[in-house]
Formats: sequence, structure tokens, C-alpha cells
Amino acid sequence: MKVTFQIWRSDSNGGQLKDYQTEITEGMVVLDAVHQIQAEHANDLAVRWNCKAGKCGSCSAEINGRPRLMCMTRMDQVPVDKPVTIHPMKAFPIIKDLVTDVSVNYRVKKRIKKFKPRKPDAADGTWRMAQSDIDRVQEFRKCIECFLCQDVCHVLREHDLHEKFAGPRHMVYTAALEMHPLDVEDRTEDLKKQEGIGFCNITKCCTTVCPEKITITDNAIIPLKERVADRFYDPLFRFFRLFTKKN
Amino acid sequence: MSTYETYSHDVLVIGSGGAGLRAAIEASAAGVSVGMVCRSLLGKAHTVMAEGGVAASLGNVDDRDNWKVHFADTMRGGQYLNNWRMVELFTKEAPDRVRELEAWGAVFDRTADGRILQRNFGGHKYPRLAHVGDRTGLEMIRTLQDHGIHQGIDIYQEYTIVSLLKDGDRIAGAIAYDREKGLFKIFHSKAVIIATGGMGKIYKISSNSWDCTGGGISIAYHAGAELIDMEFVQFHPTGMVWPPSVRGLLITEGVRGEGGVLRNSNGKRFMFDDIPENYKNQTSNNEEEGWRYTQGDKNAKRPPELLTRDHVARCIRREIKEGRGSPHGGVFLDIAWIKEKISNAPEHIKKKLPSMYHQFKELANVDITKESMEVGPTTHYIMGGIRVDADTQMTTVPGLFAAGECAAGLHGANRLGGNSLSDLLVFGKRAGESAAQYAKANQKGKLSEKQIEELSKEALDPFSREANADKENPFQIQSDLQEMMQDLVGIVRTEKELIEALNRLEELKRRAAKVACGGNRGYNPGWHTAIELKHMLTVAEAIAMSALERKESRGGHFRDDFPDKSEELGSVNLSISKGEKMKLQRIPKQKLRDDLQQIVEENK
Repeated sequence: MKVTFQIWRSDSNGGQLKDYQTEITEGMVVLDAVHQIQAEHANDLAVRWNCKAGKCGSCSAEINGRPRLMCMTRMDQVPVDKPVTIHPMKAFPIIKDLVTDVSVNYRVKKRIKKFKPRKPDAADGTWRMAQSDIDRVQEFRKCIECFLCQDVCHVLREHDLHEKFAGPRHMVYTAALEMHPLDVEDRTEDLKKQEGIGFCNITKCCTTVCPEKITITDNAIIPLKERVADRFYDPLFRFFRLFTKKN
Repeated sequence: MSTYETYSHDVLVIGSGGAGLRAAIEASAAGVSVGMVCRSLLGKAHTVMAEGGVAASLGNVDDRDNWKVHFADTMRGGQYLNNWRMVELFTKEAPDRVRELEAWGAVFDRTADGRILQRNFGGHKYPRLAHVGDRTGLEMIRTLQDHGIHQGIDIYQEYTIVSLLKDGDRIAGAIAYDREKGLFKIFHSKAVIIATGGMGKIYKISSNSWDCTGGGISIAYHAGAELIDMEFVQFHPTGMVWPPSVRGLLITEGVRGEGGVLRNSNGKRFMFDDIPENYKNQTSNNEEEGWRYTQGDKNAKRPPELLTRDHVARCIRREIKEGRGSPHGGVFLDIAWIKEKISNAPEHIKKKLPSMYHQFKELANVDITKESMEVGPTTHYIMGGIRVDADTQMTTVPGLFAAGECAAGLHGANRLGGNSLSDLLVFGKRAGESAAQYAKANQKGKLSEKQIEELSKEALDPFSREANADKENPFQIQSDLQEMMQDLVGIVRTEKELIEALNRLEELKRRAAKVACGGNRGYNPGWHTAIELKHMLTVAEAIAMSALERKESRGGHFRDDFPDKSEELGSVNLSISKGEKMKLQRIPKQKLRDDLQQIVEENK
């Protein structure tokens, strides 16, 4: 079956959606269609991808307006009676065609304090952790850094506050560190000031688009907000802090 | 100096998967300046796709395990063509490298007493693979990435290396282009580490990422480095076969480690039909015992589904060829059956194999907790690659190092599952250390303006051919190459087909000389593929040539016309180097050290 796609192509004026037709066969995903178009009609069509198995998080785009991984979107889930639009992620500057500049995410991550383990539990330098204590952290560590959550977050997408709000991906990253049973670093103040956790108003869009089904808002962001609230807004804590050096 | 922007580092690391990251971290820790070039974005390298686990004899689940057993297993799996010194270093150091990851934040699955859990895998005598469900590679690369970004390494994302640069015999740096703008960049460095992974994408059916084109192996070869063992390609027994667009996608061996079984269309567990002589002692001949093994019974022997990958892949191929395959040309892999054995089977499967569950549900509409998967062999790994010194990882070119899949020697004729992830760590670290030492002891080589001009001109040639009437499409040549390698240099080989393959490669090279691309240089996949063709063709030729020379069947290399092992060929490795044409030589194997020989005997 021939299907029409409208794919964003950059040009000297910025860019526009351009029509392509290609043959769709059973089991194809959107990324297959893009590759086919690239091989047949547009060798220079830029698209970022690596694994085509939903594991690397490179091929994020907006398919008919929905942020998705192109490699995990089957063509039989997409209505084909009208053209299928493929647009690059809108929260990031376009480099070319479907490829965006996601470098801000790497900068933000680097400024988050890294993992700092407590002293080893055993003489051989190893630690002991119960599986039940790491289940939650393992959920966060499933993140493939596709940045779809960043793309859909209105703070970043509509208001372009990348430098003020670290965004859902980095809340998940921070939560994985903060809830790591071995970690002894304190990132609560950074969460409030540097990462701007207060910007998140819990619309849960990030959770909806996560291809790894990480419960970003409920399991990561809200508990971190609670930590910040406990530290900075709890009257008892404030009183206590008067007598300590910290903060 | 060159007209191109030039970056200067003591050590340049090419590749940012597990081996590249581990090497860069180590070199940087040694106090030298390090640049790391990523072909894709950081953290997206093929390591993310590794599933089952990282093999190290921690002995957390079975305390009978130690480096000696791991040594014997790895040598047996590699059919004794391994570089035994590498195997020794590897099996001794792997446990420390895994524990180190924990200190850097990795969160492996746990045993009941809170230590790192280990699982069974093909060819490993004891449960040995530290893992995180079936996404161990992601855990590993993310841990190295998140640690690495704080180590003062300069990271160049989405840069493609076009060629290495030399000063006489020694390495001087590399020429690259940045994908975003398509501009040439020069890296001037005292030492270079190649850590570019494998070459699965020269085959049509492959489990590999797009950037596994053998590029690093090829640039090393063209810079004069020797390659060895190139005939040994691993075809993983279980890739997806349906739908066509995901054909080849990996299904972890962990499925079988957790009790999954292989059946043909008659419902028979055909792996019991053919158990190789050298594994008879360790392999169970009844289904019940096999199940007990996967559930941790220390007195049970392993089920034949957990024999080495080369053997399982060939048995699957036999079933399919003899008409006992599944509807889409595979066989059945069944994990759902364990519901007969354990009460909460669906939850158990989802917990142990979450990505597999997800992958089949999303891409094939199959619920693996209820139905069997259809599976067939897929190109997965190359045991061969750049020849290195076991201790330092230096190649035959002074100042050039290699680590990970692109380097060769550790795995011999066949790699055991789980050994690649620890390979990356052990030899990534060693390469980083040695390269830093080399950089401290040597000055930078001189860059040759002429060499740089020639290389950049050659790289741009495809643009100048855009108007030619006889121009070729880079994607078409790539796809023709993949098809040809799949048909003629695949899992079962014959002399006639290998000669045909070498002839067809000559034709493809002629066509590649006419390859053209349009558009501009910024983020242009057509241009990128055009440049990459040279590397893919080089690696394909090295594989076909070595496969033709090895007139025997051993490990990943199976010759239909020579189905048995040959003692003569079992005593040599095959080496490939660049001359007027590609040169092939036999290198006699070094005699195994007596104490190591004894370990092999004791573990038979």
C-alpha cells in the first residue's frame, strides 16, 4: 500500500513539510518508512537513529503531532487515510530535517552532582543492597534519554526555560541518584535553585509520552518536590537550621 | 598547520561505547589530556543494546566459581584459538571491573543477601552474568557515561573519523568531519585508541546498530595494522524473524538462561539431538534436569539450549532447512511454558525479561508470557578484528591501540555470551592505561599537509560525481553488499560461494568508486554512507578471504565442504594486512603456558 508522508525538510528559509510517497508492508514501523524514503527519494534526508529497537532513544520525533520513537511506532497504529506528518522535536532547535540540537540536555546533566557512595559495607570493598530497596531506582535507570519528556514539557516547549528548569529527564536522573541506597550526596538545594523544580506543575505530560513507561511525575518529581518542601518550607526544619551551619 | 580546525590531545579515543568510555576514563585518570570522538550522540552506542549480562567470576551465586573456571570455559568456547594471555588477564580482572561499576553508581539486580546477582548463560559452567533484567548494556553505558562526563574528557559528539593520520610508521592523529556542518577537523595526538565496535551492518540480517559498519577495523587496516581471526563471525541463534522490518533484532540468551526452551514445528526440543563431544560431560540429557539447572540446582547439568552460540545457531538452521521450522522461517523459543513449573510465571517473566516482553508486544503483537517466540540466527558479533598485544592493547602500529569488539584475540573462534561486556571493561581500562603511558613517553608525530589534503579530497569526491550519468546510489550499494554477505559469507560457507563473494566484492568496489551524493555537507546521510562504503567493503573482503583460507569448521566458522576440525588449521590464526592487495598469512599459535594448560585439563 502506498502511503503519503509529510516530512519536515530544512531549507534556507527555515523549512517546510514536504510530501513523499512510499510502499508500506506488514510490520513496518515509521522509521522504516523514513529510511525507505531516504534510500529511494532523498539520500540527504537527515534523521538520527542507532538501534531501531527502542533501546538507544535516538529517533525521537513528532508523528502526527505526538512525540514518539519512530522505531517503536508501527505503521498499523498510524492512520494512513490522510498524510502522516513527521516533524522534529519542537522543544529543541533544528539542526537539519528531523535532527535537533539536544546538547542542552548534556549540559544540564553535567551540572547535577554525581553519584557519591557511602563507605563500602564489606571488607572486600563491596556493598549490600536489598532488591526491594533498588526497585524504584531501577525504574528510573530504564531511561533511554530519548528526551521526549523534555520535548513535551510545556515549561521547556512553550516557555523555552531550558536553562532555568532541568526538565523531567533530569528530575528522573536526580531522583535515581537521590534514592540510590548508597548515595550520600545532597542535591536538595540544587533542585530548588539550580534545577528549578518549582517550575513543574505536575501536568504529567512527560509520564504520558515516556516510551519506557517510567512514572516520571508520581515516582520521581513529586517525591523530590516533597524533599525540597521538607527542607525549605517545614517550620520545624527552618527553626532547626538556625542552629546548624548547613544552608 | 592545516587549514582545518585542529584539536590537540595526548590520547584520542575513537568510539564511545563501553570500551571507548572505559578507556577514556582510565587515560584521563592517568593525567593526560583525552579527547573522545562519538560517531553518534554520547550514550547511544551499540553497547546500549547488550542485554543478558556481564560475565565475571564473582562467585556470588555459586561459590565454586573462580577465574580458573572462567578461563577454561572461555578457552573451550573459543575452541582454543584464543590468545590465552588475554583470556588470563580477562578472567582475573573482570570481577574487579564489575565491582568498580557499582562504585560508580551501577545498580545490578541483587541476591537474597544483597550482593550482585548472577545468571546462567551459554557455555558458562556456573551462574556468572551480573545483570539488570535484560538491559545490562544500558546500565553499563549509562554508568560509564555519567561517571565519564566528570573526568575532564573532551567529548566530540557526532563526529565521523575519515582516516587515521601517520608520521612514518607511527600514529599522529586522525581526520574527521563533524556531522552537523560537514566540516573537516584534525585530531593531533600522541596515541590513538580505536574502540569502534563491530561490523554487523555488512550483513542483511543483523542485531547491530547502524554504526556497526566495521569502520574502526578498516581505518586501522588502512593505517597498516594487522587484523586477525576475521573469519570468525558470531551468528546469534535467536534473532526475531517476524515481522520483516525487525528481522534480526536480538532476543537475549537470558530467555534460555531463565528456562526458555527451543522447539521445532513438531514441538520437539531438538537441541537434545546433537550435543558436541567436548560438552557431553557438562550437558544434561533430560528435560527435568535442565529445568533444575536454570533454577539454580547446583547438582544439575545445563540444558542443551545453553550450549555455545555457534552450535545452537547451526542446530536451528538445520531444523529450518530440513522443514521443521516455524511459519516465518524460524523455530520456536518458548518461555511461557514455565507456568507449568511456577505459579506467578507471567509476572516472573516480565520482571526478568522486561525488554523482551515489551519488544514482542510492541513490534510483533506477541505476548511472550502466553505464546512462543519465532526465532532464527542473526549476525551479532565479530570475534576477529585488530590484532593487539595482550597486555597493552597496542596494535602492530606504534601508538595505535584497540579495545572491545574491534580488537581480536580474547574470544578465539567463538565468544561466550556475557564475555563481551567484561571485555570492554577489562581491555578498555588496559588500553587507556597503556595509551596514556605511551603518550607520556613520546612526542607528537608530525602531521602531513599533503596526506590531509588527499584524504579530504577523496572524502568529497562523491559530491563531484552527482552529475555523472553512471553514478551509483550509496544506499543501493550498501544494500547489495548486505544481501551478498548474507547469501555467500553467512552461517554456513563453501569454497564456491566464498570465491563468488570475493568476485562480487570486486564488482562492488568498482561500483563504489562511482558513488555520488547530492545536497550539502551538513548532516547528509547519503554522503556519510558513501564514505562508509569503503570500510564496509574492506571488512567484508577480510572476512571472505579468511573464511576461504580456513578449510575446516570451528566455532563461528562453518564450512559445508570441510565440516570437521583440522589439526593443522587449529594451530594457526589467520592474519590480514595491507599490501598492494589484501595479504593473508598464517600465524602459528603460541603454546599454552603449562599452568594454564593444567587449568584447562582440570576443568574438562
